[in-house]
Amino acid sequence: MKPAAFVYHAPKTLDAALALLAEVAPQDGRVLAGGQSLVPTMAFRLARPGHLVDINGVAGLDRLAVDGDVLSVGATVRHATFEKADPKFGTLGALLADVVHNIAHYPIRTRGTMCGSLAHSDPSSEWCLTAVTLGAEMVAKSVKGERRIKAADYFQDIMTTALVEGELLAEVRLPLLKAGTKHGFYEFSRRAGDFALGAALVTYRIEAGKIVDAHVGVGGIEGTPRRIAEAEAALNGQAPGAAAFAAAGKAVSAVVDPLEDAQTPASYRRDLAATVVIRALERAAA
Amino acid sequence: MSADHLAGAKTYPTPPTTEERNILGKRAVRLEDPPLVTGRGRYAGDINFPRQMHMRIVRSSIANGTIKSIDVSEALKLPGVVAVWTNDDIKELGPVDFRADRGAEILKPYRQPVLAKGRARYVGDPIAAVFAEDPYIAEDAADLVIVEMDELPVVVNCWDNPGEFEPGRSTEGALLKHSFGDIEAAFKKAHTIVELDLFTGRHSGVPMETRGAIGYYDATKDILELHGAAKVPHRNRETLVKMLGRAPKGLHVHESHVGGGFGIRGELYPEDVLVLVAAMRFNRPVKWIEDRREHLMCANQGREQRHKCRIAADKDGRILGLEDEIFHDQGAYVRTHGANVANRTLCMMTGGYDIPAYRGVAHYRLTNKTPCATYRAPGRYESTFVRERLVDALAHKMGIDPVEIRRRNLIRKDQMPYLIEFEEQGVEELLYDSGDYELLLDKGLKAFRWDERKKECAARRAKGESVGIGMVFFVEESGRGPSDGAKMSVDSNGDVELITGGASLGQGFETSMAQIAAEALGVDYQRITVVHGQTDRIAQGIGAHAARATVLTGSAVNQTALKLRAKALEFGSELLQLPIGDLDIVDGVIVKKGAPAGGPSLSLADLNKKLAPGAKILNGRDPHLAVEAWFNTDHTVFPYGMHFAQVRVDKATGQTVCENFLIAYDIGRAVNPMLVDGQLVGGCVQGLGGALYEEFAYSESGEPLAVTFADYLMPTAHEAPRIDVVITEDAPSPMNPLGIKGAGEGGINGVGGAIASAIDDALGRAGAVTQLPVTPQRMKALLAHG
Amino acid sequence: MSDTVSITLNINGANHSVSVEPRRTLADTIRDDCGQTGTHLGCEHGICGSCTVIIDGEPMRSCLMFAVQADGRKIRTIEGLAKGDQLHPLQRAFIDNHGLQCGFCTPGFLMLATATLEKNPNIGDEELMDVLSSNLCRCTGYQNIVKAVKQARAEMRGAAK
Repeated sequence: MKPAAFVYHAPKTLDAALALLAEVAPQDGRVLAGGQSLVPTMAFRLARPGHLVDINGVAGLDRLAVDGDVLSVGATVRHATFEKADPKFGTLGALLADVVHNIAHYPIRTRGTMCGSLAHSDPSSEWCLTAVTLGAEMVAKSVKGERRIKAADYFQDIMTTALVEGELLAEVRLPLLKAGTKHGFYEFSRRAGDFALGAALVTYRIEAGKIVDAHVGVGGIEGTPRRIAEAEAALNGQAPGAAAFAAAGKAVSAVVDPLEDAQTPASYRRDLAATVVIRALERAAA
Repeated sequence: MSADHLAGAKTYPTPPTTEERNILGKRAVRLEDPPLVTGRGRYAGDINFPRQMHMRIVRSSIANGTIKSIDVSEALKLPGVVAVWTNDDIKELGPVDFRADRGAEILKPYRQPVLAKGRARYVGDPIAAVFAEDPYIAEDAADLVIVEMDELPVVVNCWDNPGEFEPGRSTEGALLKHSFGDIEAAFKKAHTIVELDLFTGRHSGVPMETRGAIGYYDATKDILELHGAAKVPHRNRETLVKMLGRAPKGLHVHESHVGGGFGIRGELYPEDVLVLVAAMRFNRPVKWIEDRREHLMCANQGREQRHKCRIAADKDGRILGLEDEIFHDQGAYVRTHGANVANRTLCMMTGGYDIPAYRGVAHYRLTNKTPCATYRAPGRYESTFVRERLVDALAHKMGIDPVEIRRRNLIRKDQMPYLIEFEEQGVEELLYDSGDYELLLDKGLKAFRWDERKKECAARRAKGESVGIGMVFFVEESGRGPSDGAKMSVDSNGDVELITGGASLGQGFETSMAQIAAEALGVDYQRITVVHGQTDRIAQGIGAHAARATVLTGSAVNQTALKLRAKALEFGSELLQLPIGDLDIVDGVIVKKGAPAGGPSLSLADLNKKLAPGAKILNGRDPHLAVEAWFNTDHTVFPYGMHFAQVRVDKATGQTVCENFLIAYDIGRAVNPMLVDGQLVGGCVQGLGGALYEEFAYSESGEPLAVTFADYLMPTAHEAPRIDVVITEDAPSPMNPLGIKGAGEGGINGVGGAIASAIDDALGRAGAVTQLPVTPQRMKALLAHG
Repeated sequence: MSDTVSITLNINGANHSVSVEPRRTLADTIRDDCGQTGTHLGCEHGICGSCTVIIDGEPMRSCLMFAVQADGRKIRTIEGLAKGDQLHPLQRAFIDNHGLQCGFCTPGFLMLATATLEKNPNIGDEELMDVLSSNLCRCTGYQNIVKAVKQARAEMRGAAK
């Protein structure tokens, strides 16, 4: 399990990185950020990139800052950065801290990056689910310029995103949450730290005792994470509680088109989707 | 059954209790630890020789097929590649042999060639070997070897009709049988009969260190050395000597630090043979370190069996008979154990119960999956699951409490020693040497707070949780003979060297042996250096398997230390002018018993100097404090135990969480309770893996689905429950001088059964669990069809 | 062999100048090029944690980094944990509590726990359990590892005061 040979590039500036990517991407050049998903794949030789453009030394990509009503997360910001909720990020900081503890294990989180997860786009990725549920915006950069891609358009299929050859996911922009937003995350995996068999992230606010602006996202169930409009409709206008949550869960089960594998029939994930949504809603309400 | 069975067997008086002993039986810290916590261990991967080459194996990517061609030309062009071998390059080598085993002859055609011979039979089967200057290059070259194969139909389960292993040869390698009593009559007169169809899933030991082998040829002495060995170095040497046609003096096997064994590591595998042959042929050291993916598809696996079983009882719930038809999945080849696992399953099936009639047959079947062999508590994890499932189901059907039905059927203390004789010719009898099973049952129930927990669980269930408790009773076996020896000597500094033929796999072998020797001789255990796993230091050794090390090697060490002590006292008596009976050895010094400090004394170091060759005092006797002694036995010893589990089932996700576990285990006499505890707890968590998480699943085409640690799910600290251990010493073995029984397998034996039992209770459905591991997906299916 | 790169790894305060292929993992480089074999490889895909080392204060999997990426960074391995003959509190606690059997996973656990307790000797039980779930052990059943780390935590708390 030794990786195949590649040519290594360690640019210091974004321009240099993008120029390199433009040059080597056609020769199976890939971006190396935290490497916590890419390197294992290379160890199994399931990936054999010809070139790696290591962006860890690129100035500015570690930027983490609030820009107006958005949290901007640069390409080399590590998962572990979010372990403790930063009050500057408001409720979003608490949400991210909730979510991050479910990502693999601490020594992986010290190295892996949020943008790396979004670029890798594993169906059960917690950050992908977060990006979709909150309506994040991806900032893709290349020598041709910058593209901003909405999360809903970004995740296309299992491990397939809207990024095109030569593009670097330089930044993700997460909208800050309005005051009073409730959030709940729940994931189910076989062991602590494993890939989720199913996960849900929900946010909503309460106005006059009723749920408004419900966001219900599920991950690990289908090939990409997505918001479930039917579940959100089942919640909006209802008082938070078992009845509304059960209705949302039922709505999710009814519409998802679950992944199947040798050990997990679609029916299992369909059922689980309702469970994780209900439990996420319960956590949000708690 | 009576003590008559012991006629002819050498028995020993009841040994002293721990309180009466010095260091034996105490929680002594380990001698092994200092280098291991400072990064100074020397595992296989850490062993390097100048000019070494690295080997990489090209493996079959399909589960069954004929090899049409192997093109190595591109691989050979790669700079740094020395050679690529296929079976053509090692034509003279026979298949990897197995140790003598009953029924061995008929299994010989199923042995594994060192490199595939025209046919590969599982994904991972070695087809070619690359030798290169660097492991990265070796792997690059292996990728360039092009193997063309024609696929053949695969056999992926062991219970459908057998297929063809090769023309005219069935995939059913053997039909094994164990029986006693009149089974037909038992079922005919039964009041109640329960039938079950049970499955134990395929899992294995999966030590944290993968396998590794380094072949080194010392041309100056014409000695071929295998480094990175484990478990059974002496037996592997015997096999290698035969396979390679070398004189025994020209082949030695060396064990260094071993990163866990669990029965699967240290068996002889094709790669071990290859590094030796290559080291000789190239006259260069050859190093092979298995990678994890290889490990998960090539190292021995185990446990996969289907049992169509039934049990018969009279109106009081007394068991009249047990019958089992077993389908044993051996995988693609017969490996070093022959049919041992299937035989252990058969012979230990009746466990701790007094059952008058039994019939077990095992279909020993070859499939197109990774070969199987022994994994910690081989055949016992499986048979305990089956037997205890049956007993639980019987209790439920008859409306008898599960504790009560066990109490009624356990072998009584007054029946010990208890003989189980099988009708089949050549099947070894079992003689349970000692035990008070009901006493352990009572101690276990009390320690687990069975009655209170039962109420607590009922109360939680009333509130909507699915929680329950379960138990199993099992008998283990350890310390099978026939004999083991040890050598012991004192040096000029008074330090003691103890050479054994045992093996250390991380179980604390050095510490245990040092404690046994220290107790008998009268020295500080920390001054004893224990040598193990070196075939050039001692001619014979049993290694470390089937919990043999402590019992057999321990007894040999005891005898050796006593012999050394006798020699020291004999000379001490002459030099101190005191009768032997008045002398003792304390902390390495011969002293007069009961004498105050400053009395007559002689240190072993000084005595040893006085016993130099030529010394007058020797008077014809051998010089120095150096002895060798043997321990012989015809008999196995049988520790026994109970496992108690409490589980919670999350019906929404299907997840089973083990909340609490208790192991009650009678060890006869413990050498070091801290180590026993460690063995039991560690084994228990492994067992939990097999019960709830770990499974080597295969696709219909025989593709292994768990070849990464993201798919083969071993418990982490998070999944490990609180585990309490009750070690009892109520039934010391009369079969050895120390009264000891083995500890290695008592932690894992009953976990599958206990978890299943507890899940049934949590769901309120007796007999609900029929298959291990109980994954969330299986649990959901079970709940859906409830 | 493709082109090699000259790098300097600072391991336990000592500089090791080596020339490696970019694909060479940090773990292999520490072990084979720098001769520090106390860092073990149990899976080479980032799950078992046997190769855990401390890089600039954080525990990381050395199998998931390339050596070229660690050029100039401060790496701590098991060989640097004791001060001469003076064992680190964690090393002593592992011995006292029988927190190891075969010892293969032990360096990884020790480095993981060291980084964790150095950063936060007041870490709570639940969070500690989460962190210790990062690595696999096949011998001990974890109970004694957890016990050992808690003993060291108490000692290191005292020392931090």
